Amino acid sequence: MLVADRVIAIAIMGLSAYFMWHAVELPIGWNGMTGGPGGGAFPFWLSLIMMLCAAGILVRSIGRHDGGQSFFDGVMLKSVILVVVALFATIALIPVVGAYIAIPLFIFWYVKVFGRHSWLLTLCLTIGTPLFLFFFFEVTLKILLPKGITEPLFFPLYAMFF
Amino acid sequence: METLALLADGFATSLSPLNLMIVILGVTAGLFIGAMPGLGSVNGVAIVLPLTFIVPPSSAIILLCAIYYGAMYGGAISSILLGIPGASTAVATTFDGRPMAQQGKAGLALIAAAVASFVGGTISVVLFTLFAVPLADLALAFGPAEEFALVLLAFTTFVGLGGDDVLKTIVMICLGLVLSTVGLDLISGSPRLVFGDLPGFYAGISFLVLAIGVYGIGEILYTLETSRTAPSVTPAKITFKELGAGFRAMNRMWKTMGTGSFLGFFVGMLPAAGATPASLMAYGIARSTSKQPETFGKGNIEGVAAPETANNAASTGSLLPMLTLGIPGSPTTALLLGGMVMWGLMPGPMLFIEQPDFVWGLISSLYTANFAAVAINIALIPLFVWALRMPFTVLCALVMVLCIVGGFAPSQKMHDVWLIAGFGVAGYLLRKADYPLAPLVLALVLGPLMEKSFRQTLIAEQGNVLAFVERPLSATFIALAALFFVLPLVKYLRKGGRRSVAPAE
Repeated sequence: MLVADRVIAIAIMGLSAYFMWHAVELPIGWNGMTGGPGGGAFPFWLSLIMMLCAAGILVRSIGRHDGGQSFFDGVMLKSVILVVVALFATIALIPVVGAYIAIPLFIFWYVKVFGRHSWLLTLCLTIGTPLFLFFFFEVTLKILLPKGITEPLFFPLYAMFF
Repeated sequence: METLALLADGFATSLSPLNLMIVILGVTAGLFIGAMPGLGSVNGVAIVLPLTFIVPPSSAIILLCAIYYGAMYGGAISSILLGIPGASTAVATTFDGRPMAQQGKAGLALIAAAVASFVGGTISVVLFTLFAVPLADLALAFGPAEEFALVLLAFTTFVGLGGDDVLKTIVMICLGLVLSTVGLDLISGSPRLVFGDLPGFYAGISFLVLAIGVYGIGEILYTLETSRTAPSVTPAKITFKELGAGFRAMNRMWKTMGTGSFLGFFVGMLPAAGATPASLMAYGIARSTSKQPETFGKGNIEGVAAPETANNAASTGSLLPMLTLGIPGSPTTALLLGGMVMWGLMPGPMLFIEQPDFVWGLISSLYTANFAAVAINIALIPLFVWALRMPFTVLCALVMVLCIVGGFAPSQKMHDVWLIAGFGVAGYLLRKADYPLAPLVLALVLGPLMEKSFRQTLIAEQGNVLAFVERPLSATFIALAALFFVLPLVKYLRKGGRRSVAPAE
C-alpha cells in the first residue's frame, strides 16, 4: 500500500513537471499589456501546486509503516490485467478491422472465454450487440463507426438505409 | 404566484407525449442502473450521455435527470436484496435494509425505500421550486469576479468538508483544472498543452471523455477486482397486503422523513457533501431521536426510510446550484452541466430568462419523474430481483462496449477512445490509492469558467488583484472559501497532529 502510494505520488510529480514544461511555451508571468496573467500561467502554477502536494504525500509516507497490506488483490489482479489488455487490443483493432469485427470479438472473449458462459448466451450477445449498435448509431443517429478493411461490405447496407 | 404560473407552463412541456415517454424510459433505465451493484447515477449518466443525441437537447436533459432520479431510487434495491449498496449513496440503506431482507421482510423494505424516496424527492422538488427563482435573481448580479469566487468556493468545500485526504484532494482539483486548459487558450487563442503534438488535443479534453473513462471503465475495473464471488439475491414478493402494511408503516414516520428531506436538500447543495453524507447523517439523526435506538441496525424500517428520503432529496438539492448558478453540487450534476453546455444550454441565471420553457419544463419533469419512479419501482420489483441475477461478466462486457462506442460517437475520433481507456486505468489506480475522483471531474467541467472569469476580471480591472475582494459578494465567497481551506488545518492542529482518514465517497 505504502509503496503504491509513493509510486503514484512520484508519477504525479513527473506528470506535473511534464505539464509545466508544456505550459512555459506561453507566457506564465504577468502580462503587462492586457493586465492579468498570460496563457500559460493557469496550467503552470496549478501544476506546481499539484507537484508540491504530491511531494507532500511522498514526504509524509517516509517513516510510516503500514500493516503489510498489499495494494492489489493478488487473485483478482490477473483478471483486471486481462480485461485491460483485451480492452486496449479491441480499441487498437477498431480502425484496422472495423468496429463490427473488433467489438463482437471482445464480447465473445469476455462472455465465453473470460466469463465461461453458455454458447447460447454468448452467441446472442455477440450477434445482438453489433446489430443494436448498427441500428442505433448508424441508422438512427447517422454516426458512422469505423469500419477499417470491412468498409466495402457495408455498401449494400448503406444503400438500403440511407 | 408567478412561480406557480411558470410551473404550470412547465407542465405543459413535460406532460407532452414525447417528454412523458422520455421520463418513463429514463426512470426505468435509471432504476436498473441504480440497482446494479457498482453502478450508480454518475456512472449511468456518464455512459448514457452519448446515447441521448437521439432526442432534442431539452428532452435529452430531461432524460438524464430522469436517469439520475431513477438511479437514486434503484440504489436501495441492491442494498436490500444483495446487501451491497447499488451506489455509494445507498450505503446507509444496507444497515437496516439487509437485516429486514434476512428476516423475510425484503418486500416491505423495498416498499419503504420507494415511498421514502418519493417523499424525499417530492419535498425537495417543492423546495427546489421555491428557491430556484430567488437564487437565479441573486446570481444575475454576478460578474466575472463573483463567478471566480464561487468556483473557488466550490473547490474549497472539497478541501474543508470532503473528508478525503487534503493533499490528495488538492492534487485532484489541480489535475482537473490543468486538463481543462488543454487546447486553445481562451484569451489569446494560441494552442497550449498539446501533448506529443497530437491533433486530437487541439480540441481540448472533453468532460465526457474523462467521465466515461473514470466512471465507466474505471468503475468496472474497480468492481471487477472487489467483487470476488457472486452475491446471493434475497427473494422478494410484493403482495397487496404488504403494500398496505408498508404505507401504514410509512404514515407513522413523517417526522423522520421530513427531517431527512430537509437535511438532504441542504446538504446536497454543497459540492463536496451530497447524497452519501446526507443519507448517513439522516440515518444518524433517526437513530438518535428514536425511542428505541437499539433496534436500528437490526431491521428497523425507519433506518431504511431515513437515508432513502435524504439521498433523493440531496440529488434534487444538488441540481439547484447547477441550474441557477452554473456550479454543480455533485459529480452527476457536473456531468449534466457538461451535457447542457454541449447542447448550447448554458446553465445559470440567464437560462431562466432566455429559456424559461426549458427550465420550467425540466423542473416540472422532476415532479413527473418522482411519480413515475415510485410507481415503476414498486411495480417492477420482481423484474429487479431477476435482473440482479445477471452475471457480472455480461454486464461488464456490455458496459465496456457502450463506453467505447459512446466515447467515439460525439467527436468521432479514435483519439478520444484511447483517452477514455487511459483515464479508465488511471482512474482505477487513483481510486485504489484513495484519491477522490469527484473533484477531478468537477474541476475539468468548471476549469474553463474559472480561468475565464479570473482573467476577465483582471483584464477589466487592469491587473488589480484586489478586485476580487473589493466587491461585497465576491469578498464574501472568498472569505468562506478561505474558511473552508483552513478548516482541515484547524482540525489537524486540534487533534494534536493525529491524522484522520475518513471513508471516501
